[in-house]
Amino acid sequence: MHKATIQLEGLSCPSCQQKIDKAVKSVNGVDKDSVKVLFNSGKVKLNFDSGVGSIEDIEKAITVQGYEVLKSQVKAI
Amino acid sequence: MQLYILRRKNSIAFLGGFLIVLAFVSKIGFGNIDIFVWALIAASILGAAPIAIQAYQALKIKVVSIDVLVTVAVVGAFLINNYEEAAIVTFLFLFGAYLEQRTLNQTRSAIKELTEMAPENALKQRENGEFEEVEVDEVDVGDVLLVKTGARVPVDGTVLTGEGHVNEASITGESIPVGKKADSKVFAGTILENGTIQIAADRVGEDTTFGKIIELVEEAQDSKSEAERFIDRFSKYYTPAVLVLAFMVWFFSKNVELAITILVLGCPGALVIGVPVSNVAGIGNGARNGVLLKGSEVIHDFSRVHSVAFDKTGTLTMGNPKVADIEYYSQDTEKALGYLASIERESDHPLAKAVVEYIGDTRLHNVTSTNVVKGGGIIADIDGHRVAVGNVSLMEGENVHLDDKARDDIDRFEKRGNSLVLTSVDGELIILMGIRDQIRSGVKEDLSRLKALGVKNLMVLSGDNQGTVDLIAKELGLTEAHGHMLPEDKSAYIAQLQGKGQIVAFVGDGVNDSPSLALADIGIAMGGGTDVAIETSDVVLMNSDFSRLPHALGLTKATANNMFQNIFIAVGVVVLLLIGVFFSEWVNMSVGMLVHELSILAVIVNGMRLLRYRLKY
Repeated sequence: MHKATIQLEGLSCPSCQQKIDKAVKSVNGVDKDSVKVLFNSGKVKLNFDSGVGSIEDIEKAITVQGYEVLKSQVKAI
Repeated sequence: MQLYILRRKNSIAFLGGFLIVLAFVSKIGFGNIDIFVWALIAASILGAAPIAIQAYQALKIKVVSIDVLVTVAVVGAFLINNYEEAAIVTFLFLFGAYLEQRTLNQTRSAIKELTEMAPENALKQRENGEFEEVEVDEVDVGDVLLVKTGARVPVDGTVLTGEGHVNEASITGESIPVGKKADSKVFAGTILENGTIQIAADRVGEDTTFGKIIELVEEAQDSKSEAERFIDRFSKYYTPAVLVLAFMVWFFSKNVELAITILVLGCPGALVIGVPVSNVAGIGNGARNGVLLKGSEVIHDFSRVHSVAFDKTGTLTMGNPKVADIEYYSQDTEKALGYLASIERESDHPLAKAVVEYIGDTRLHNVTSTNVVKGGGIIADIDGHRVAVGNVSLMEGENVHLDDKARDDIDRFEKRGNSLVLTSVDGELIILMGIRDQIRSGVKEDLSRLKALGVKNLMVLSGDNQGTVDLIAKELGLTEAHGHMLPEDKSAYIAQLQGKGQIVAFVGDGVNDSPSLALADIGIAMGGGTDVAIETSDVVLMNSDFSRLPHALGLTKATANNMFQNIFIAVGVVVLLLIGVFFSEWVNMSVGMLVHELSILAVIVNGMRLLRYRLKY
């Protein structure tokens, strides 16, 4: 399992939290219960199984929703 | 292609705006309807592209987002050849999003300032002894790091060699530089103002005090109250419901205009964004002013507090005894003070510490022999003189003559709640010192501010004897004073107040008070930097600064009010628009979108006021 913290551009639209949440959860290998979208700090925190999905997949899922990924950090846990 | 369009949302918004202006200029100025229509068609298609892409992507993950509503509305407008509305709605939607982003960044600026103080690089010692610049993530516990003048200390650590002055404002809020030498502790995020030091890393990354503060604030600004969770659940079903409603209106009335107007009006905006905006601005103001508020639930509770209970030592008082009164009975005080300091610096008694601190730098003498008298003091030989330091009974044992003036002074000092330290040289009284734990300066004024803010009961709960506690309560104008209380008595008393339906805050220094901090509705820690205090409490006053307390209370009241105003604005606007659409002619799709975006900006700007909040009296 890996723990990822993804820094996004500032979030502003009302429904973006819900969209990013669903988008990240739809990526294979992501632990659905661990996904946390922080609206004000513009961060997404989650755990994922690096054998199944990759951080690139997760970043892509977010960018296609129209949100820029600034930086992501992955740590093994 | 999709990403390319999404990244250029802002440029598209401005281009759309330009085309709309062009359209109206050519129609009104030159009466050219062709250019008018084509410019509007171009503006709508251009503007609708990023919205439609977002709508499509959202639908793919089964979210009926606001983009879906707008896309359907624009397509509808197109079908009935209303290009004017399609163009204006898409422009307003994109331009509104741009403005929201800009203004929201403002409300978050206070917290951003804090997180940007986090150190990023460190100079780490390699095996060959050279220092090399690395990212702060690569530093492990035990590494040796070099910190140069002007640099941020990258981790919590201990100074190995070197000296310097450190500005610890990021941790304590106190900007007067603190001297550091070998064995001093330094903290991540503080700035070395002069000198060069080498430090050993004790705690790194998120484990440092600074890292914990940042994490706490970041979690706090995104924590949700019961009301917000309700709004979230509500908005999840609200958007699809609006879609269904619009469809039904179209189905029964066959009025496309009305149906798409409802779609635009139904966009959830201000309601979803209003409360988080107040929350982040309020917490940001606190972070800037030395008050950590752990989330919106805390803000809600604290703003309605009835009673505030205080621990005494370290909270109302300084917590370290100090020399408060002093009398001399001889001209040659210099030498006697030197003797006194020479004896007391060997002792670790709390009173001795206060004495040494009071005297400060002085000429020290060689102490040849010392004899500790239990329950009395110390008798020592210095330079052939017999020096006694202790209480009145020690002086009597030494046959020191206490004249009437000395006896009066002793009485007077004791009445003020002092512990006494007398010094005699060769059987003659030279110095009388009164030492006590002093009330923090300004506490009285701060307490009256709390009262003015509507706190009904102010009480002190202390382990100290009832006499001392009564004295303090009288001096500070507290409503209740309870002495002889063990930590469990304090929490039991808090539970009793809560049983009467009161909302109770407890202010303590966190170590022995953690049960009360945890039990009280609002636990307020005087954070001198102890982790227990930071973790068990709901509010942390940085640098143990008591004067932040009235600001904290005023701020939570202002923030709670602000949230209420924002909900009022949001709901009020929707109600007005709905009335307008059914009972008047002036509400169409463009007006709806305009009002919708304006209401979002209104709640953001309203929230921003909190950043400038200051207590007025």
